Amino acid sequence: MKHTIAVLVENKAGVLSRISGLFARRGFNIDSLAVGPTDDPHISRITIIVDGDDYMAEQVTKQLNKLIDVLKVRNLADHEITRRELALVKVKVDESKRGEIVDIAKIMNCEIVDISHTTLMIEFDDRPERVDLLIDLLSKYTILEMARTGTIALQKGHESV
Amino acid sequence: MIESLEREGVTHIFGYPGATIAPLYDRLSDSKIRHILVRHEQHAGHAAGGYARISGKPGVCVVTSGPGATNLLTALATAYMDSIPIVAISGQVNSELLGRDVFQEADITGAAEPFTKYSYLVKDEKELPRIIKEAFHIAATGRPGPVLIDVPVDVQLREAAFKFPQSVSIRGYKPTIQGHAGQIKRVLRTLAQSQHPLICVGGGIFAAKAQDVFLNFIETLNVPVVSTLMGIGAVPTSHPLYMGQVGMHGKSTANDAISEADVLFLIGARVSDRAVLLPDKVKRRTKIIHIDIDPAEIGKNLDTFIPVVGDAKAIMGQIIDYKPDRKDDEWIQFLTDRKNARNVDYADRAEGVNPKAFVHKLSKALPDSFIYCADVGQNQLWSAGNVEIRRGGRFLTTGGMGTMGYAIAAAAGAKVAADGRFTVAVCGDGSFQMSMMELATLVQHGIDVKIVVMVNGKLGLVREIQTDSYEDNQMAVDITGSPDPVAIAKAYGIDGDTVSTAEEAEDGIRKLIAHEGPYLLAVRVSDSESSL
Repeated sequence: MKHTIAVLVENKAGVLSRISGLFARRGFNIDSLAVGPTDDPHISRITIIVDGDDYMAEQVTKQLNKLIDVLKVRNLADHEITRRELALVKVKVDESKRGEIVDIAKIMNCEIVDISHTTLMIEFDDRPERVDLLIDLLSKYTILEMARTGTIALQKGHESV
Repeated sequence: MIESLEREGVTHIFGYPGATIAPLYDRLSDSKIRHILVRHEQHAGHAAGGYARISGKPGVCVVTSGPGATNLLTALATAYMDSIPIVAISGQVNSELLGRDVFQEADITGAAEPFTKYSYLVKDEKELPRIIKEAFHIAATGRPGPVLIDVPVDVQLREAAFKFPQSVSIRGYKPTIQGHAGQIKRVLRTLAQSQHPLICVGGGIFAAKAQDVFLNFIETLNVPVVSTLMGIGAVPTSHPLYMGQVGMHGKSTANDAISEADVLFLIGARVSDRAVLLPDKVKRRTKIIHIDIDPAEIGKNLDTFIPVVGDAKAIMGQIIDYKPDRKDDEWIQFLTDRKNARNVDYADRAEGVNPKAFVHKLSKALPDSFIYCADVGQNQLWSAGNVEIRRGGRFLTTGGMGTMGYAIAAAAGAKVAADGRFTVAVCGDGSFQMSMMELATLVQHGIDVKIVVMVNGKLGLVREIQTDSYEDNQMAVDITGSPDPVAIAKAYGIDGDTVSTAEEAEDGIRKLIAHEGPYLLAVRVSDSESSL
């Protein structure tokens, strides 16, 4: 089962290596990890997606809490959050395929951010499963390169980490 | 830096100098802090650990960059596993050269990351006082552990206005002390319904400085006690409620007690694989009450019925305040009968000295407040299983890491922390050879540590594994070629003797105790002795 864990950390050198080291050492499997600053310049927010049972999720949470640079840890339930991912996908195109790919982009509400004689670059931000769907649709063509951020998530309504 | 250390109450440093830590040593000569020069950096860490365990405050060790720092790693890992507070200071290459692989550069904060509670790479000399203050706070509070401060040589050299902070404020670090009141009430209810309650005590009792409260706790609750290896000495071994050590190398009485208990208190014990052999067997029937300052330990190895996070001393105090009185003598009597029925093999041997009988006799002959440092190997198990500890005595060993060569350095640190107390290090001939250079440290600094070396010419514990699990295929466990420990001691100017029979051993113990200054007693033991 996938768990979405939000972590607030001190924005200091070495924090990320402490956290990734912890995951490697304790054998926790990270699906994705996204880091970015928050409105407070001293605090960064890390969103980690881990795959494992409840025991593992509890261990991840507790071990993270033990790190001195970690301020807050919260295992977020799927129903209480909004999740987003950003993807950039560069697809090889020729005249005959361009129309189809543009159609897919339109239907999925993607933006085409770069175009050349032989390529299209598509930008997409949406729920992770929608990003998966886009990539599946585009895999029929030739994906030259793609970059995908990890998932980020916030609780809906008034709740916060 | 020195002034910050002095303000933190540091009186002793165990260390080994080098180029990148030279500025600190230059100023150390003007300080009241006493520097104890070890002969290998690993032992600076072990000595700081021994010092911490007896003084109750963080031990301090200082090493240089590169190999000095990497030599310290084993000691940091040892302290980390056993939750011993150490502040380690390492020199580092010039901060402008960091990352260029210059002479004696090692990424020690990176390498030590899994073995330290926290670490600092200091880039700004103005931050040093705050960092030192924080390091002592982090090392000593919560679940104690080693903290590393890596200081580039140019940072040591730069002058800065000295401003020492009054207090520490770390946003992400606020250990829980008091136990949750609701959980305490659940504990009392569960205890009241229990027929066969049992307490398993670990090294956390010493970390919490809670030996006296613990004694009061078990007597108030009238609940029998077993201990992990690290918990040995939390209660006097002759206490009527004490049923022995649990685990792979523990006593069957204690292990049976665990599997028969209906409520099991774990206090400052992390339920390691060596302590509880079959966690599944325990958790099916037993309600576990786990008291620990580290929430991450609770539920890690055993399913817990009532978790209580906080300081063991505070929580036991909270429970005692309710004055629970448990009337039951059947369960205690049952365990006591079984304990008394157990045969202890203290018989004389045809060849060599009976090591179990030796440990028992030695500990009985020592003053009550003795500090007994056991090394690693069969000698550790003979020591743990047969040492008699009275009130005020301490048993120090490396439980988590099982680091060979621990005892002499740890004993040196312990002795420095408690000058008046009789301190003995008990090693095997394998572990002695991993630490015998420290005899020089004892001599140079006049540290009165007595040493016992159990000599059987084998790496006995590995030999035993090979005998039991590898059809006695003894490979690389014969240590023929080892020197005579007494001759080695004499080369360092330390007196000593070898004993080979029970009678000689008694005489040897008398001489060891009576001798002024360090003394080494080599005890010949058959290489076919078993650990248990």
